Amino acid sequence: MKILICVKQVPDMESRFKPDNAGVWFSDTDLAFRMNEYDEYAVEQAVQLREQLGDAADLTVLSIGPDRIVEALKKALAMGCDRAVHIQDPAAALKDPWQIAAIIAAFAKDKGFDLIFTGLQSQDRGSAQVGVTVAERLGFACTTTLVGFAFADGVITAKRELEGGVKGVVKLRTPALVTCQLGLNVPRYPTLPNIMKSKKKELVTIPVADLLHEEALAVTARFYPPAKKGGGIVLEGDVGDMAEKLIAILKEKTNVLR
Amino acid sequence: MKALLICEYREGKLLDSSFELFGFAAQLGGETALLLVGAEAQLPAYGGPLYLADAAECGEYNPDLHKQLILQAVAKENPDYIVFVHSSYGWDLAPRVAARLKAAQVSEVIGLTDGGFEVGCCNAKMRRTVKPTTAQAVLTIQAGAFPAQQPGGTPQIQRLVAEGGNGMEFVGYEPAEAKDVDLTRAEVIVSAGRGVGKKENVPVIAALARALGGELGASRPVVDAGWVEHSHQVGTTGQTVSPKLYVACGISGAIQHLAGMKKADFIVAINKDKDAPIGEIADVLVVADVLQFVPALTAKVAR
Ligand SMILES: Cc1cc2nc3c(=O)[nH]c(=O)nc-3n(C[C@H](O)[C@H](O)[C@H](O)COP(=O)(O)OP(=O)(O)OC[C@H]3O[C@@H](n4cnc5c(N)ncnc54)[C@H](O)[C@@H]3O)c2cc1C
Ligand SMILES: Nc1ncnc2c1ncn2[C@@H]1O[C@H](COP(=O)(O)O)[C@@H](O)[C@H]1O
Repeated sequence: MKILICVKQVPDMESRFKPDNAGVWFSDTDLAFRMNEYDEYAVEQAVQLREQLGDAADLTVLSIGPDRIVEALKKALAMGCDRAVHIQDPAAALKDPWQIAAIIAAFAKDKGFDLIFTGLQSQDRGSAQVGVTVAERLGFACTTTLVGFAFADGVITAKRELEGGVKGVVKLRTPALVTCQLGLNVPRYPTLPNIMKSKKKELVTIPVADLLHEEALAVTARFYPPAKKGGGIVLEGDVGDMAEKLIAILKEKTNVLR
Repeated sequence: MKALLICEYREGKLLDSSFELFGFAAQLGGETALLLVGAEAQLPAYGGPLYLADAAECGEYNPDLHKQLILQAVAKENPDYIVFVHSSYGWDLAPRVAARLKAAQVSEVIGLTDGGFEVGCCNAKMRRTVKPTTAQAVLTIQAGAFPAQQPGGTPQIQRLVAEGGNGMEFVGYEPAEAKDVDLTRAEVIVSAGRGVGKKENVPVIAALARALGGELGASRPVVDAGWVEHSHQVGTTGQTVSPKLYVACGISGAIQHLAGMKKADFIVAINKDKDAPIGEIADVLVVADVLQFVPALTAKVAR
């Protein structure tokens, strides 16, 4: 069973974001990067499936972006993927989801993948489009927002999370693509021996120009912080002083403290 | 300008979120048409064209079939925009329709600006203005971003039928987990977020909840990691609460969390990041490490 996992590297969301020179995305300087949280669940689910299937499974992890994203690929290898594909694109952040999906589909076409895992959404752009669009381009069965996954006899049983905590159960046959929601599993931490082992695994680099033949369908005109609503009080400084001030405010503005 | 609005129907009911599509369409201006895979017994009061397919025949979740139905309505109406709610139904279906039309998709729209659409990014900390370059575009609107509206009138029903699907089978629904704590009645809720660091620190937050005579709440990662039971989760996939006081400890303020607590009368946020989006709705933002500030506050409250 050939499995593809798509991962994106994103900045730590606790960072301060500053617009880049063109004002259409964030500037990379001073940011720490990590694997998109949703994609960690995708990698973990693929690795668990391999533990179930043994050597019958082969796991390829793919990421599109500049050289720094190799760190995210290495993490996926250390978690248990077999090989990695880096689609080298220093300008990946300026591509729209349509183009990112086109690149992934162009890579996957004719390679005989049975199952593709992606995250539900990327934390930085959060479009929730790439996975479903890849499936549509490849003609794969597809379902999204997985909080449960089981595989037996060529059939996937997926539990989708709906609003309010209700779940929808769906069965689908391979070839299929599924998108992973938070809480699907408990992503493992790579252990030191596995990190060492992963250094010997294959990492292929492909220039994006080899795979991309689509124009963008949407453009970002501007990237900016939200307008400050104001009104709220901001307390800073000594912990004891702030606690006193907060208690005074709660006494004045609410009736929960008397 | 014309917008085709895609309503939602689940477990035999037209979902209220569908009415937010009307609120959005009103801001967009121009004509509208509606599409619903649902039941004739439950149609919105709306005086325009309504494309109706029967959920009993087509299924409530059968995205390939629903895609075909939408494409039929698109062929008849030739709308400029096809609009979904950004929900488990909308984000699953919209990219399929967009791919077939080779139309731009803009996800999770929160407003209209300078000839484009405003969307959140970077976990709601930043915004983007996105402009489609295609004649037709698919949009999903953020739940809660536009006011629900009841347009009134009687629809002109046009029935749609489709066959097929691609071998996906919908098995059924599983109800939400039973809630052993009813946060909806609590007057004070003190919630733990990922910023509390580890499970061992949760009692620090629970102690403040107790000192204030309230209940412990939690954000999703804290529940997913098993630090706190699911019944304490606040947000779109947890409980929606409206206490007199809500204290968010180490919670960034993602839209799905805010959806569950923004109706609280008074909101206090404790966060070491002054720019965390929770600050936008907090009445008081305490810029501090939760593990230093919360024990100090608890001690003073208890005194
Ligand atoms: C379909 C869907 C449904 C969802 N449903 C829900 C839901 O019902 N409820 C929910 O909560 N989420 C939900 N989420 C997840 C949501 O998008 C966020 O990922 C989540 O709310 C983030 O939780 P958090 O704020 O605790 O963690 P983070 O976003 O990681 O934020 C942690 C915060 O803690 C601060 N911090 C860190 N250390 C400290 C410290 N020592 N002292 C003070 N502050 C500190 C950081 O500055 C940061 O702001 C859903 C997501 C999706 C896609
Ligand atoms: N640059 C990328 N490289 C590889 N996979 C990606 C990339 N961008 C998005 N994806 C995948 O598509 C999913 C949805 O992303 P998005 O549509 O941007 O919200 C992510 O969780 C990833 O699995």
